This record gives sequence, C-alpha cells and structure tokens, in this order.
Amino acid sequence: MAHDSLLEIKNLMTYFHLHEGIVRAVDGVSFEVRRGQTLGIIGESGCGKSVTAHSILRLVPSPPGNIVNGEILLHRGENGNEDGFVDLAQLDPRGADIRAIRGAEISMVFQEPMTSFGPMHTIGNQIIESILLHQEGVDGSEARELAIENLRRVGIPRAEQIVDAYPHQLSGGMRQRAMIAMALSCSPRLLIADEPTTALDVTIQAQILELMTALQEEYGMAVIFITHNLGVIAEVADEVAVMYLGRIVEQAGVNELFDNPQHPYTQGLLNSIPHIDEAKLARLRAIEGVVPDPYDIPSGCAFSDRCPSFMPGKCDSAMPDLAATGPEHRVRCFLYSEAEEIVTEVADG
Amino acid sequence: MADDSDLLLEVNDLKMYFPIQKGLLRRTTGYVKAVDGVSLSIKKGETLGLVGESGCGKTTTGRCIVRVYQPTEGEIVFHDEGEAVNLNLLARQELKAFRRNMQMIFQDPFSSLNPRMTVLELVGEPLLAHGIARGQELEDRVAEMVNAVGLKVEHLPRYPHSFSGGQRQRIGIARALVQRPRLVVCDEPVSALDVSVQSQVVNLLQDLQSELDLTYLFVAHDMSVVRQVSNRIAVMYVGKLVEVAESEELLRNPKHPYSETLLSAVPRPNPHHAMQRLSLEGEPADPANAPPGCVFHPRCRYMEDICQTEVPELTELTPGRHVACHFADQLQLQGIDYSASMES
Ligand SMILES: Nc1ncnc2c1ncn2[C@@H]1O[C@H](COP(=O)(O)OP(=O)(O)OP(=O)(O)O)[C@@H](O)[C@H]1O
Ligand SMILES: Nc1ncnc2c1ncn2[C@@H]1O[C@H](COP(=O)(O)OP(=O)(O)O)[C@@H](O)[C@H]1O
Ligand code: SF4
Ligand code: SF4
Ligand SMILES: [Mg+2]
Ligand SMILES: [Mg+2]
Repeated sequence: MAHDSLLEIKNLMTYFHLHEGIVRAVDGVSFEVRRGQTLGIIGESGCGKSVTAHSILRLVPSPPGNIVNGEILLHRGENGNEDGFVDLAQLDPRGADIRAIRGAEISMVFQEPMTSFGPMHTIGNQIIESILLHQEGVDGSEARELAIENLRRVGIPRAEQIVDAYPHQLSGGMRQRAMIAMALSCSPRLLIADEPTTALDVTIQAQILELMTALQEEYGMAVIFITHNLGVIAEVADEVAVMYLGRIVEQAGVNELFDNPQHPYTQGLLNSIPHIDEAKLARLRAIEGVVPDPYDIPSGCAFSDRCPSFMPGKCDSAMPDLAATGPEHRVRCFLYSEAEEIVTEVADG
Repeated sequence: MADDSDLLLEVNDLKMYFPIQKGLLRRTTGYVKAVDGVSLSIKKGETLGLVGESGCGKTTTGRCIVRVYQPTEGEIVFHDEGEAVNLNLLARQELKAFRRNMQMIFQDPFSSLNPRMTVLELVGEPLLAHGIARGQELEDRVAEMVNAVGLKVEHLPRYPHSFSGGQRQRIGIARALVQRPRLVVCDEPVSALDVSVQSQVVNLLQDLQSELDLTYLFVAHDMSVVRQVSNRIAVMYVGKLVEVAESEELLRNPKHPYSETLLSAVPRPNPHHAMQRLSLEGEPADPANAPPGCVFHPRCRYMEDICQTEVPELTELTPGRHVACHFADQLQLQGIDYSASMES
C-alpha cells in the first residue's frame, strides 16, 4: 500500500496559543492520501479542516499557531520506489524548500478566491509569476501563452482577454475558475481545495465540481477536498474523513461511509440534513446542542455532551481511539470497541 | 384555486429598480432591475419558498414586501381579517403601524443584531417602539418568546457576542416574532449556520409556524431546505418569477427549463446517485442589462428564435402551476426521480 501513498500525515497536532487559552485546532490527525485519489474532509466550522490544510503547506500563522507534534510526509519516489520523501512538518515555514513546493508540487484553492488573488495585479500576471517561479527555462511570453492555455482549460471564455482582467472584474464563479487555473499551472501532484464551492451558487458549484473531476482525470493528481456539504463530498470523494473538534471521528470509503455510517456524529449529520430525493417528507432529526467552544471541550469523548448513545462512566472518562471496524473503516467511539466480540456472538447465535 | 378568503398577501407586478449613478454629477445612466414585474400570492398559514441564484432579486423582493424598500412600482395587498389593505394607499404613520404585521428574519445572525444591546433589549425593543408593551408586561412577553425559541430566561441580560451562531439566529427569530406578525419573510435563515444547527432552526421555524399561526415567505438558494419547509415554491431568475407550483409537483415535474437545471444541480448526499446532470453553461444575466426576450435564453438548452425577441409571460399552465416559457406545455423536462426511494 505504502507505494501509492502520496501524502502521509501522522498524529498531527497544530495548536494556537491565545490569551484565552490553547486552541487544539488539530489534535492528533492521521491520514493518507493516495496518488490520483480524492480524500474528502468533512466537518462543521471550526473543527480544524482549514488548519489541517494550512499545516500541510505550512501556512499556519505563527505566532499564535504552531505544529506541536506529528509528521507530514510527502512521498516523492515514483511507483514502487519507496525512498524519497520529505517531512513538511520539519521545514522552515519561510524557507526556500516549502516555497518551492507550494504552488508546484502541492497547490491550494481557497473558499474565497479574492483572498488568494492579490487585487492589484491582473489574473494573468499572477499566473505567469507562479509559472516563472516554478518552471525552469520558460520565458515571459511562453509563460503568458501557458497562462492563457490554462485559463482556457478551466473553461474561461475569451481567455486571451480575461488574462488581462483584474480579479474584481470577474464574477465569483469565474474567479474560482481562474484560481483553479493558477493552482494547476504547474501540474501539482496534490491539490488542496478548501471549500472551493461554498461561496458559489449551486449551478456554478456544479460547473466547478465537474471541472475539477475532469481536470483530476486529465492530470492524475491527488486531491484533498474540504467541505461541510455532505452532498458535495458524496460526489467528489473516494475516501472520507469526518472531523469533529480537531480529530477524525470516522474514516471510510465514500460508499461505505454513506451506506454504513457508524459514529453517532456521522449518523446524526446524515439524519439531520434534508434529502431532496427521498419521496417521504419527514421532520428533520436534529443533533442536539451545539459544537462546544474550543476552550470548553467535554472530557472523554468530545461528542459526549451531544451524543444520543452516551454511556455514563465510559464516554466521559476517556477519549476513544480511532479503531478499525472493517477493512476500510475506522471509528472513534466506545460503541465499537468491542466490535469484534459482538460480531462473533452474532455469528454463534 | 384559493378563494380570496384564504389569501394573506397578494403582490402584483412588483418592480424595484435601483438607479446606477455615474460621474461627479451622479447622473443616472441606467437601472439595476433587481425585481422586474413579480406577481405572487401567499395563502394564510402556508410557506411559499423563493429560490434562485445569487443576485436574482430574492432579498429585494422580500424587502419590498415588508417595506424596507419603497418599490418602484407594483401593488402589495395584505388581507387582514376580511379586509384588503393596499399598502400603497396607507399614509406614512399608518404604514409604520401596519409594518408590525410583517417581519423579516435575516441570513446573517452576526451582523443583524446590535452588539451593544442585551437579549432583553433586542427582543423587547420592537414592543417598546410600537408601544405594544412596557415594564413588567414587556419582560413577560420577552421571556415567553425567548422560551419559545429555545433560549433561557438566564440569557436575557447577555450580549449577542456570547452566543453561538444558532443561538443568535434564535434571538433574531424572537425579535421578529415577539410582535406577533402575520407574515414573516425568512431570508436565508439557515444558510450561515453549521450543518447540525440548520436542522434545529428549520424545525423551530416549523414549530413556531403552527403554534403562532404564521405565514412564511422562505427565501433560500438551497432547494433541499426549501422543499423541506415549503408548500409551494416560486423560482426566480434575474428579477422575474419563471415558475410557481406546489413543491412536490415542481420537484417531480418541473415545467421551466431553469427549474429543471436548478434541480439537477442540487448535490445529493448519496454516492450511488447516478449523475445525469444538466450542466448549465455561463452565468446569470446582469439585471442592469438583461437580454431581450426570455431572460433565460442565453443559457437555455431549448431556446428557439422566438425566445430571443418575445418575453414569455408567467401564465397558468394547469391549476396552481404558473410558468413563464414559450414551450412550457411541450417540453419534457426531468425532475427528481423518486422511483428508487419509493421501493424502500
Ligand atoms: N441597494 C441596492 N442598490 C443597488 N443595487 C442593488 C441594491 N440591492 C440589491 N441590488 C442589486 O439587485 C439585484 C438583486 O439583489 P438581491 O439582494 O435581491 O439578490 P438575492 O437574490 O437576494 O441574492 P443572494 O442570493 O446573493 O442573497 C442584484 O443585482 C444586486 O446587486
Ligand atoms: N489564526 C488563528 N488564530 C487563532 N485561532 C485560530 C486561527 N485559525 C484557526 N483558529 C482556530 O482553530 C480552530 C479550527 O479552525 P479551522 O481549521 O479554520 O476550522 P474549519 O474546520 O472551519 O476550517 C477554530 O477553533 C479556530 O477558531
Ligand atoms: S464514545 Fe460515547 S459519547 Fe462518544 S460518540 Fe461514542 S457513544 Fe457517543
Ligand atoms: S422561453 Fe425559450 S429560452 Fe426561455 S426558458 Fe422557454 S425555451 Fe428556454
Ligand atoms: Mg475553513
Ligand atoms: Mg439575498
């Protein structure tokens, strides 16, 4: 398995040291991204999705943020070749190494493209700059041609004119396309998309999701797709990690996760959203309570104050491990710590 | 199909044009036709959903109805205990008093509440302003309302910043409902909330509707949420309504090409869903410079010559179903397929 792994994160912890206390934004996250595959990360606001993404690219503002533990291994060996990796967690966040990786080997698409495109430069100049920075032996006019070519690929009409437009002159959907064009300009092996369609209308969202799927096939890159929308994740992901308060609480292949959700939080999320294609209209089954304040996380299982299956004395005394419940399924919940025994009992009976 | 006694609100040919001003002299060079001839009616106790893409005029329609905006043109008639009140004909003072019948709940629970007011002040203010209650009676009514929206009396002295997004939305709801309005315009009331909190607020709005006998205009861009709450759905595109129908009818059997594409764009939380998405090319037209003929024609897959010149009127195709498309009675459009869901 290890040979088709592109990125391996092991026990990553990224904390913010603030006056009010320590925010454990990412608190022991481990996952693997395979070549050419899409890992979806889903969770509600503040659960640590963006901080995970920013940690990979070493974009976490420091101070107050720090990676306090863990490895972020970017594998560079070709198929079957085990050697050659770099631990991004060990790099100097301002150093030349990570800058050479950003926008080239790994690039990122943000929720609000205005924040990633500077307002003062044309779309074209920003893409050209990225090409010149990362691709050797390309001169200015070639880079411009490449930029136009990239804009055309993401479906921007009149690319030879739009290349000279300023970001504010484009609509939200067009800016997001241009942002994707920039992210793909150096053929990254990993694209991190942080809520890339959250600010867009459903029709434009559909266009962008289709575009990303097509480009992924064409370029063969791996994608980490971050969203809070279960519909979007079902469409794009091969594998899904569900985050709650800085930790992964469930991880499985996309079909397995939706067919057989195991963690009470995942089940709660799926039950609480309206399903447009269910014929019967039933009252929504809401999850009770709210995501706790990051300074006030319950002891034991972080979901224990909202969980309908809460077991007193157990769930509030220790944090459950993320344990395997099947070949491609991991769950962080005490309901499953005796999973194997239960399975045997049923088989016997 | 509804006789007049069922109606709460009628909107006839509503227009809201915002002037575009240029240069030092601020000459008007054109108009953003944010709402351009909307007619609709809402029955007592029902929820009419209003959907459409960003900028199509949903919020502006809602604001005109509750008279945050004075519309450029059009008639708004409110049926109050058997009496039809034409809001255009009310004097300023009368309108001010009448407005408590129509309240609005906003999308952004963070910016819609004054940070320097406590919950008691926020929820009590409309009662004071309209001279409805004060003193102990005011406090009692506020406490009752605050309980009804799922907050506690202990919360009354606190300021908005100490509440979560969902709780702030509850404060906003209490503030709107404390005046006992008849009609509530809910403008994207759950869009800014966390997924797990959206369902709580949707359920709360539904409970309050039956408890307080409310009528809703529910504005949202998320078709799944709109279907969850609405009896009927109106689909808006660049300032105009293109289709109005019973919710289930609209979903199963859309009659306007834009409704069809909107439905097919809804992301389904089901990885087995076989995609047969109708991609919609391009972007919505600019309401300051709408195309001639059918506003949807530059993006419509069924466009014919006539669509480029003739504006299709919103007409009643079958009882209760209004469509604005030259070919509404001929097109075979694709809706949500419930056959798989029916089996289980
Ligand atoms: N006060 C105003 N002055 C000028 N133009 C305005 C004003 N308010 C709205 N508009 C324009 O009117 C059109 C409709 O706006 P509106 O806010 O009603 O859209 P909406 O359907 O609510 O969109 P969203 O889904 O983004 O909330 C847009 O083009 C908008 O830019
Ligand atoms: N620059 C920062 N300074 C302080 N706290 C931060 C910063 N960025 C994120 N956080 C905190 O880290 C936690 C996770 O945030 P984030 O990863 O942005 O969540 P999301 O899952 O919505 O992307 C939140 O509690 C957030 O407030
Ligand atoms: S460990 Fe306990 S509280 Fe946590 S999710 Fe499982 S059952 Fe619920
Ligand atoms: S009138 Fe013509 S362009 Fe407009 S929706 Fe109907 S078919 Fe399409
Ligand atoms: Mg985020
Ligand atoms: Mg709006």
